[in-house]
Amino acid sequence: MSSAADGAKVGLGTASTSHVTLSATSDPILRTEHLGRVVKEKVLVEDATFEVRAGEVLAIVGPSGSGKSSLLRLLNRLDEPTSGIVFVEGIDYRQIEPRELRRKLGLVNQRPYLFPGTVEENLRFGPLQRGETLLRDCIEQLLTLVGLAGYAGRNVANLSGGEAQRVSVARTLANSPLVLLLDEPTSALDDTSKREVESSIQRIVRDQGLTCIIVTHDTAQAARLAERALVLEAGRIVRHGPVDEVLHA
Amino acid sequence: MLKLFFSNQLYLALAQALVAAIAAMVVVLLARKRGIHLESETLVAMLRGIIQITAVGSILLLLLRAPRWTSAFLLAGMIIAAGATSARRAKGMPDAFRVSAWSIAFGSGSVIALMTWLGVIDTAITSLVPVGSMLITNAMNTNGLALNRFRADVLAHVGEIETALALGAEAKSSVSPYVQASFEASLIPAIDSIRSLGIVWIPGLMAGMLLSGARPVYAAIYQFVVLAMIFAASGLTSLVSTLLIRDRIFTAAQQLSLQPGR
Repeated sequence: MSSAADGAKVGLGTASTSHVTLSATSDPILRTEHLGRVVKEKVLVEDATFEVRAGEVLAIVGPSGSGKSSLLRLLNRLDEPTSGIVFVEGIDYRQIEPRELRRKLGLVNQRPYLFPGTVEENLRFGPLQRGETLLRDCIEQLLTLVGLAGYAGRNVANLSGGEAQRVSVARTLANSPLVLLLDEPTSALDDTSKREVESSIQRIVRDQGLTCIIVTHDTAQAARLAERALVLEAGRIVRHGPVDEVLHA
Repeated sequence: MLKLFFSNQLYLALAQALVAAIAAMVVVLLARKRGIHLESETLVAMLRGIIQITAVGSILLLLLRAPRWTSAFLLAGMIIAAGATSARRAKGMPDAFRVSAWSIAFGSGSVIALMTWLGVIDTAITSLVPVGSMLITNAMNTNGLALNRFRADVLAHVGEIETALALGAEAKSSVSPYVQASFEASLIPAIDSIRSLGIVWIPGLMAGMLLSGARPVYAAIYQFVVLAMIFAASGLTSLVSTLLIRDRIFTAAQQLSLQPGR
């Protein structure tokens, strides 16, 4: 079992995360071509073609049932596309081992689903899956990033909804993802918690330059967090472009 | 009391079966009052049970003079039927019949083979088939409990399982708590049977041996032997079935295929 000596090994801003320094005009870090999923003749996602460049934040907006979460699950390959392709750094993602792919495209669910135990144990979970131990300093860096410095030893059963969601974000970041996929991260939270989680996301994007795709039904939130947006309706992308233009069209 | 009305042994047996079935249906009616509908399932199960056991009794009568190897065919048939019955408790789970049949075959088959080879089970049809059927039945029940519990646990924890997968966990480790819980839960009846032996219940086999004139100590020890064999067969079955089904609820790309509503 190897040991992660510092935050450069596990956590954010690693040497391999070249996306941090790339501009928004670089090659796409993630690209989909005609992506779709049909289950029992029901179209969940249809012909979704878009790309995300390193360091940018893309919002996926649309009404309930429009296929936003289904699209995100396809990107993380929790579900299998029935058509189309996803490229991660130019590689067809079916050629990437699923566990490695899911670490690269880190998903944060609408509900945090923390594992029983302490915050620290939750943060260690991802790196442990590949035999690495996350060091205490790295845990503190991640918790500071999500505004929860000093929470490492707390039992997750005693966290508020907003705190739990921020631990969930930090836990995903512990895997040093290339892209952070956020599935309605604030939809189950009250206004105060929602602001705290949003601040954490903004801090991560600003300080780490991490590429993000955020699914939200809240267009105001999309405008606050993202640079570009795509609008889904009945599984199809109906608008796509700079967030101001798309949301005010 | 029934003996006052029936002098013929066959009629008496049928009357006894009818009274016992009525007692079971009373429970079903009580459950119905609480909104739990088991009427048709219980009625069909009891009718099937009485027909099947009467048929097997008749076949055993015919097989008393058959060669010993015919037991293997009878037991194999029982295993297939047990697999089909057990698989119904795993509705929606992929490959449930094959998993059940192979697990029961491995669990009960290996114990039957070993114990017959050691001379614990007599090779005579009248001994091998009834004792073997006891092991197969209990393995079937344990398998049904294990699969049913595993299915319920997985469906109740899809979020947790997919969170673990999304964090890079192996498919098998993402469900390992539910594999363990299912295995443990499925063995509760077998453990409780051994624990309460002689205190809460005197099993039918021992009662039968006593009625047929066997020495009580010998009957008691043999009963323990049978229960220990049941535990071994059930445990092996559950162990194999939970491991086999664990691998079948994921796709090759480590996606959870067992989902609510799918």
